[in-house]
Order: sequence, then C-alpha cells, then structure tokens
Amino acid sequence: MLRFILKRLLSLGLSLIAASVVIFFAIEIIPGDPARLMLGINATQDAVDALRSQMGLDQGLLPRYWLWVSGLVQGDFGISYTYRVPVAEMVQGRVWVSLPLALYALGLSTLIAFPIGILAASRRGTWADWLVMGGTQLGIAIPNFWFAMLAVSLLAIKYRLFSAGGFPGWEDPFLAIKALTMPAFVLALPQASILARVMRSALLDTLSEDFMRTARAKGRTVRGALVHHALRNAMIPVLTILGLQFSFLLAGAIIIEKIFFLPGLGSMIFTAITQRDLIVVESVVMLLVFAVIIVTFIVDITYALVDPRLRRRP
Amino acid sequence: MKRILMGASALALIATGAMAANTSIVIGDQLEPPHLDPTAGAAGAIDNVVYANIYEGLTRFASDGSVIHGLAKSWDISDDGLTYTFTLQNGVKFHDGSDLTASDVLWSLNRARAEDSVNAQKTLFASIADVSAPDDTTVVVTLSAPNGNFLFNMAWGDAVILNEGDDTEALKTKPNGTGAFTFTNWVQGDSITLTRNENYWGEPAKLESATIKYISDPTAAFAAVMAGDVDAFPTFPAPENLAQFDADPRFSVIVGSTEGETILATNNKMPPFDNVKVREALAHAIDRNAIIDGAMFGYGTPIGTHFAPHNPAYLDLTPQSNYDPELARKLLVEAGYPDGFTTTLKLPPPSYARRGGEIIAAQLRAVGIETEVTNLEWGQWLEEVFKGKDFGLTIVSHTEPMDISIYADPDYYFQYGSPAFQTLMEELNTATDVATRFGLMQDAQRMIADDYVNGYLFQLAKTGVANADIRGLWENAPTQATDLTAVYWDH
Repeated sequence: MLRFILKRLLSLGLSLIAASVVIFFAIEIIPGDPARLMLGINATQDAVDALRSQMGLDQGLLPRYWLWVSGLVQGDFGISYTYRVPVAEMVQGRVWVSLPLALYALGLSTLIAFPIGILAASRRGTWADWLVMGGTQLGIAIPNFWFAMLAVSLLAIKYRLFSAGGFPGWEDPFLAIKALTMPAFVLALPQASILARVMRSALLDTLSEDFMRTARAKGRTVRGALVHHALRNAMIPVLTILGLQFSFLLAGAIIIEKIFFLPGLGSMIFTAITQRDLIVVESVVMLLVFAVIIVTFIVDITYALVDPRLRRRP
Repeated sequence: MKRILMGASALALIATGAMAANTSIVIGDQLEPPHLDPTAGAAGAIDNVVYANIYEGLTRFASDGSVIHGLAKSWDISDDGLTYTFTLQNGVKFHDGSDLTASDVLWSLNRARAEDSVNAQKTLFASIADVSAPDDTTVVVTLSAPNGNFLFNMAWGDAVILNEGDDTEALKTKPNGTGAFTFTNWVQGDSITLTRNENYWGEPAKLESATIKYISDPTAAFAAVMAGDVDAFPTFPAPENLAQFDADPRFSVIVGSTEGETILATNNKMPPFDNVKVREALAHAIDRNAIIDGAMFGYGTPIGTHFAPHNPAYLDLTPQSNYDPELARKLLVEAGYPDGFTTTLKLPPPSYARRGGEIIAAQLRAVGIETEVTNLEWGQWLEEVFKGKDFGLTIVSHTEPMDISIYADPDYYFQYGSPAFQTLMEELNTATDVATRFGLMQDAQRMIADDYVNGYLFQLAKTGVANADIRGLWENAPTQATDLTAVYWDH
C-alpha cells in the first residue's frame, strides 16, 4: 500500500512539472505586451520600457520560468503585473467566493439528483420515470446562462427577491449565502440532471446482478433492494461524475460568474488574460491543476471506501 | 404608552434608514482599474475612481471641458510665456493628515517627468525645464518653450499632486490624495468604497459615501440597474437598452459627449492606402449616419476630422467626405483600382468597433473593396496593429482630449508622417495667443481632412443612466472621470 502511494505521489509530481512547463510557455506566447496595455496608446516607448523593467519583463523566458517555479515550490505565487499585489492575496479573496459556490452547487445538485435518480430507477417505465427522464433531458439541454438570465429577470428585476448579482463579502454570512443562492441553483440544475441520469442507469445496471436477485428472493422490495444493495455499487460512476463536476464548478463557472458579476476565480482568470496579467493566469491555472489532481486523488480513495474489493488491489 | 413609544421609535428607525440611503450612492462601471495611481497607468478606470474625488492637480477640468482652479488658487504667467508662478490653496491636507506644501508639487512634477517615470502621458510634462518652490505656497514652473497647453495639461488625471515621499507602490492600493473623498475599501473584483473627507479644504461633498461597483457584462449591468442594485451607470455599456430606460420614469438617461474621436484608422504606408486617392475613395464610401444608427443606436455626432465637435475651434468638415459611393468608385478607377482590392479590417473588442466593422465592411464591399475582418482582443490589437503596424484598416476611438498632435508622430500606428503637419504642431505648441491657436488648430483639422489620413466616423457619445432623483453627475466627459463631489439625491 505504501509503495502504491509513493508511486502515485511520484506520478503526481511529474504531472505537476509537466503542467507547469505547458502552462508557462503556452501562456507566454500569447501576443500582447502587459506594459503597453497598462499605459495605453498615447504613452511614449521609454515609459513603456521603464514599466517593463519594473515588472521584470526585460529578462529572458527561461530565467522567468525558473523564478516562477522556484517561487511556487516555496508557496510564493509571484506578484500580479497589473495590480501589483501578491497573487496569493488575490486568489485568497476569490477562493472564498468560488469554493463556497462550488460546494453549494454540488450540495444542491446531490440533494436533487439522489432522490429523483433513485425514484426513476425504482419506478422504471412509470410516469415518474418518464417525468424524471424528460425533466433531466431538459435540464441538460437548456444552457445554464439562459437559466441565469431568466432567474435574474424574474427573481431580481420583477419580484426583487434577490440582488441581480454581486457579492457583499462574508462579514454577513446570511447576505453572502443569499447572494450565492441564485448562481448555485443555476449551476446545480444541469449538474443535477446529469447526475440523476447517471444514478438511474447505474442502479438499473446492477438489477441484473446475481446479488440483486438474491436480495429480491430474500423478500426485499424493489426499492429496498435498490437502496440497500444496489446504491453502494452504483456509487462508483456517481463519484466519478461528482469529482469531475467539482473540478468544473471551481473554475468553469465563468459565464455564471459574469452574469451575476461574482468576483470568483473564473472571472479573475478571464480578466487577467485580457489584461495580459500572465503571472496571475499561470499561477491560478497551476493552482487549479493542483486542485483537480487532489480531487481525483480523493475520489480514488473514496472508491476504495465504498467498494472493499478495490482496497485489496495492489 | 410604552408600546406607542416603541412604535414611534421603530418608525423613526425606518425613516432614518431611508434618509441614510440618500446620502450614499452606488455607481456602476464596466472595467475595474488595475490599481489606483493615475500617474502610473492609462486605464480610464483609474481616473473614473480617483479624478477629482481622491486626487487633485494644480488645475482641473469642469464638466464642460473648461480648465478651472484646482490646488492652485491663482497663477501668474510671465510675458514671454515661459514662467508660471502658482499660488496654492490654503489649508489643504492630504488624507493621511500631512499638509500640502509647494515641495509636494515640486516632487510630483519632477517624478512625472523623470527619466525612469512610468507616467502614461509623459509628454504632458515635456515642456517643463525646471520646477522650484521658493516658499511653502508658491511653485514656479519654467518652460523650455512657451506652451499654450500648459494649464490644460496640468488638469489631466496623470498630473495630480501626490504627497512627497509617499511609497508609490503602496499608493496603488491605498491612494493618499487631497480630494473631497477618501479611499475606504477595495474588494477586488467587486467594488471600491469612498467616504466623504470631513477635512476637505474646499466645498465638501454632499454624499457621505460612494461605492463603485464593477459589472463587466452589459446584460448584467442592465439587470443591476433595473433591480436597483446600482443607482447610476455613468457610461452604460449597452446603448440598445437606453430607450427602455428612457421610457421608465424611475430612470433618467444622460447623453453627453466624450473626447473620443472614433476613426477608421488607415495604414498610410501600406499600399494601396499610400495613395491619397484611395483614401479619398474610402472616405466617400462610408455612410456615417448608417454606422451611428446601426452600431450606436443613434448616439454619436458625425465628424469630418480628428477634433471634438464641442470644442470651440472645431470645423465641420463632414461635407468634404460625404457619402457618395459613385464618386468612391470613380476615384478607385482613377487610382488604378477599377476592380477594387482586398485589405484587412482588424477590430478591437468595443462594440463600436465590432458592430461598426460589420457595417463598414458591407459599405466598402459596395464600392468594390473587400475586407478580411478579424476580431482581436486589446492585447493582440496592441501587438499586431499598434506596434506591428500589420493592418490595412482598423476602428478605434481616440479618447484623450486634444489629441490631434498624434498625427505629428510619423511612427504612430497609422503612419501619417507629413512634415507640414509636424511644423504646424510645433507652431501650435508655442503659440499662447487664443486667436492664433484657433487658427492653427483649424489649419491642422483641414490638413488631415485634405489628406484623408483616416476615415472620420463619429464622436463617441457618453450615454449613462441614473436614478431619476440623482443630480450633479457629469453630462459630458471632457476627461475620463466620475466626479462625485457635486452629486446628491433630490427628494
């Protein structure tokens, strides 16, 4: 087991190094000079050159890569070109929007998907199944930004139940959660639809298994057998999807962040790219790669928890 | 009795709650500034926060574009136009409590014009030969040559006065100015909060506090105004929604002008645009009104040269390049392009460029000019078009006030480089007599119109929306600013 973990850690390290090379060099070749972007089209070239050397951009690519990576290893994400504050500080503020939003959406998505997925599987072929299947089909098909705009025009503009967007900060947790509610719902709907369908088909797959026949033969009802015997087996694909969804929600909520003007990680990367604040883009993308790798790792471990057979594997 | 009293105090609470709302304001803006030092960056978003509110210069712009007194109470100009003696206002304090003295002015001006200065408008200070501070309230600026623009230059956001010896890196996130508002908080990605400066030297602000909220998406901006999350959006990003606001009694739409000349910039060194006949054909192929209606929903003033129509020296030269596709075709034949030609049209992100570009491409096709339209982000645009000069045509709004002098730089991206124009600009820089300056400015406008340097489209309008009870917002934008010092709620 220890050897297994060491091997995993080694491959984790190697993939991080590979990711850092790809991220740094892919981003550095984007055309556009951050100094000229800051000073605009009326600035003289010597003012731009002075700013470039202030930013450290007059050094070569390799020395800058080395500086960046050695900083990352020590937990130093560098200093933003545009904002002149440590990237770590900027990320900190954004993480407290993006992470709660992702967790909130994930929680909602699970709360919606589990019951309706189980319902559809246990009442296969009935109107309840049709309703769930039809509803989730719609949930996947309708783009979530459209949902978002609909929610804003109805709940914010017409009924004034919520603000149209923005994030007031965590000083008042109630207001903060309220501000995240609409975006979390909008993000959760398509995710819940996918999850419910995966849940249903994973449950149905187990129906033909021998142990299910045994359970039914013992006198379990269909739903009883599903919940007590099939659910655990169906968790593997569901957990895989949940892991993927979490990684997506962490940074992929960018359009929803734009619509609700939330200061999250997604919109931060977007703005940083347009401002050519390359060090921010590089460090944040690197951080996300790290987060995804960790989440995958956690999902792997939970596989072993729900399925004892996996624990015995070398 | 107790119950009645409680009821009354609850009412009072509600009432004060309503009153409190009326001394603060939430302003919406599309772009968040990168930092808050106007002397080290061109971003208009910086000035939208700090200009007149937090930082002040020796002079300043009023809403109509005129130059009025700022930190300088008065000034005296020597007869040869070389020496400016400024007397500073009394009792001016920086927000950190230190006094404004002449040495702060000396330090600020010298910093802006220093060798290693990162001031985005360094040319504003180019004519300064020497600055001295004979006593605490007097600043003497000596110019190397007379400069009729000097007081105007000192009104820019890039020329504000900082406190001598402040750590300029720290100022980027914690500005320390002399203005009627102090900086309170910045939630990055979300908003900036300002609070009234109770120790302000001049007329105090009417609002107790102001929040500037950043909403980049036009649809989200619309929703935020409609939902009442934002009280005013001085430069509203979606002109298509203005009619709806106008019809709604809760809002007022504020339409003014900006310093933004929107032009179809033309690469004067790239064939076939090095031929003046081709550029003339281009000018006649463009229907400005169709562009203003189609791309700007009717907001914008047609221009025939690179000059703001609200400037007293403006000449209306639009008839010289009237819409005449027949003439355009004839000129192309004369220039040797009877079958037209193909060129590139590279468009930066603003909607005037993207929407206008589609219309212009169609208009040019009608006279036989095919365009390959490419959409670029600002970073790419600066690299390819502005620096690389790899373009045939592009659309951009030049938003700096009085920027006709960019035509004197032969290396500027549209590469005009006429020696006659350069001489004219040198004369203008040294002329201090108002009538002479007017004449020279008009000569300059005529010269670039005669040479058809660029396609002149329209003056960008400032279209804002605000709660109908808000007074005192700037109608025009003589410089990028959201001056909140005179804003109040009228109930």
